[in-house]
Amino acid sequence: MSYVGRSDAERKRMLETLGLRRFEDLLADVPEALRMGSPLAVPGPLSEIEVRAHVGELAAQNDAAKGALCFLGGGMYDHYVPASLPRLVFRSEFLTCYTPYQPEVAQGTLAVIFEFQSMIAELAGLDVANASLYDGGSAVAEACLVARAHTGRGKVVVAGGLHPNYLQVVRTVVGAENVIAVPAEGGRVDAPRVARELGPDTAALVVTYPNFFGIVDDALPDLARRAKEAGALTVACAEPLSLALLTPPGEWGADLCVGEGQPLGVGLSFGGPALGFLAAKKDLVRRLPGRLAGQTVDGQGRRGFVLTLQTREQHIRREKATSNICTNQGLLALCATVYMALLGKQGLREVANLCFQRTHHAAAQAEAKAGLRLAYDAPFFREFVLALPVPASEACRVGRERGVLVGVDLGRFDAAWANHLLVAVTEKRTKADIDRWTKVMAEIAGSRREVGAEVGSR
Amino acid sequence: MAQVPAGLRYTKEHEWAKLDGGVVTVGVTDWAQEQLSDVVYVELPAVGKAVRQSDAFGVIEAVKTVSDLYAPVSGEVVEVNTALADNPGWVNESPYEKGWMIRIKAKDAKELDALLDATAYGALLEEAHR
Repeated sequence: MSYVGRSDAERKRMLETLGLRRFEDLLADVPEALRMGSPLAVPGPLSEIEVRAHVGELAAQNDAAKGALCFLGGGMYDHYVPASLPRLVFRSEFLTCYTPYQPEVAQGTLAVIFEFQSMIAELAGLDVANASLYDGGSAVAEACLVARAHTGRGKVVVAGGLHPNYLQVVRTVVGAENVIAVPAEGGRVDAPRVARELGPDTAALVVTYPNFFGIVDDALPDLARRAKEAGALTVACAEPLSLALLTPPGEWGADLCVGEGQPLGVGLSFGGPALGFLAAKKDLVRRLPGRLAGQTVDGQGRRGFVLTLQTREQHIRREKATSNICTNQGLLALCATVYMALLGKQGLREVANLCFQRTHHAAAQAEAKAGLRLAYDAPFFREFVLALPVPASEACRVGRERGVLVGVDLGRFDAAWANHLLVAVTEKRTKADIDRWTKVMAEIAGSRREVGAEVGSR
Repeated sequence: MAQVPAGLRYTKEHEWAKLDGGVVTVGVTDWAQEQLSDVVYVELPAVGKAVRQSDAFGVIEAVKTVSDLYAPVSGEVVEVNTALADNPGWVNESPYEKGWMIRIKAKDAKELDALLDATAYGALLEEAHR
């Protein structure tokens, strides 16, 4: 018997087996008053052609980044995904979201995870990385759990500049009562206030590099040192592509480096799925969440791969495990691995450098041609914040009408940022694209001046 | 048959305790290491940490399992066998000598009277075998 589309004859046979006359007899125990009395009003069946047409109409209502000029960021970025990447990633030998349940049988999968870990560890400047986590936010939270287990302390100090959504995840996972969030000051960490919060009960200091506003904050190494003096671990939430240019967090004092791997060949896909990564110093390896692939030799001395240190994990350590993550984001980790392998060290550097150059060009254009100003005076990588004379939501609306997604309205995260627009510029944005964006931004800035003039004349 | 040296005290969770001048040396028994098989890691507390009798003070990891380590006596950890970090196999080779784990300065050594002696522990193992 198939699982769909039961025929009348099959229904009859089932009812006979159960010794019933009609289907409604099965509902005898449901009081009459609670029954609907008439069939559920669902539309009738559609043919495949009709379904495709209907779903196509629904999909056309989406505001896809694909059709517009995209300057959106704030966690997800419109980087170029080389054509060879999907060709490799969608091979049936690879195409799975999970580490396999009998892992050592899937040597290819484990080899990929091992490569992923090695590359992430190198970018982070740390000894070891895990097989990946769900997303950047949960990676930050998991790192905080590692720090709490390692130090035996409870408090987590989050320095300003962490993605507001990530902060919510940390509060949820770690417990809001254990989290002290010190707001940013001028787009950077409020170092004196953060330092004051670091004490004998602090498990972790969380910093972001570059931060939510795109800013590369040079106060972080000193804060990491102060966290160490207080006996706390430093968790750096880092953007992986930027690490091709910047000093790796492991080299300036971070004990754990986590973040969102989406920029590494994952693509936008309407804002998801995402790819969390987590790297750490070697002495934290037994506290790490998630899976770890290791390299070894088999009985005949041949290179092979295994899942290692599984005693950390929940299926063995039960409630004493640091984390209840027993899987990884296999498919997207594969994307990132293929991406990094395709580009290589030099290629990653070039992409990061292009982003940096184009972002700075766009910021300069906004100031010079659109008469706008940057909200913060600080070094930035691939994103910057504009302080607009109008609400950022209004700027986004005007931009959409012109086919340009001009940036992320930061008012969505904090009412105090209602006029702040977060603009991201990837290597895909050409000079002509930036000119077009600048024109729209000038129009937005100008509309305000006109409104102002009208009001003034009255 | 697992070795159960006389003169030591034993917990039902298979730790041994050896009292010497107010300081209690702690490890796991021969039977415990046999059951665990290859020990790969022992997580031990820092010197100075206060422990309470019957509370977990550390974790022992074998290839396929993990087990808590329970303090046989209350007091302060005064010494830790740091060599186990590089030689976890000592727990298997020499559970009562090289494989010792921590030394506790006992708050009240009389607490040990509540533990099993070698005869009672041996009987416990007999029971487990049956």
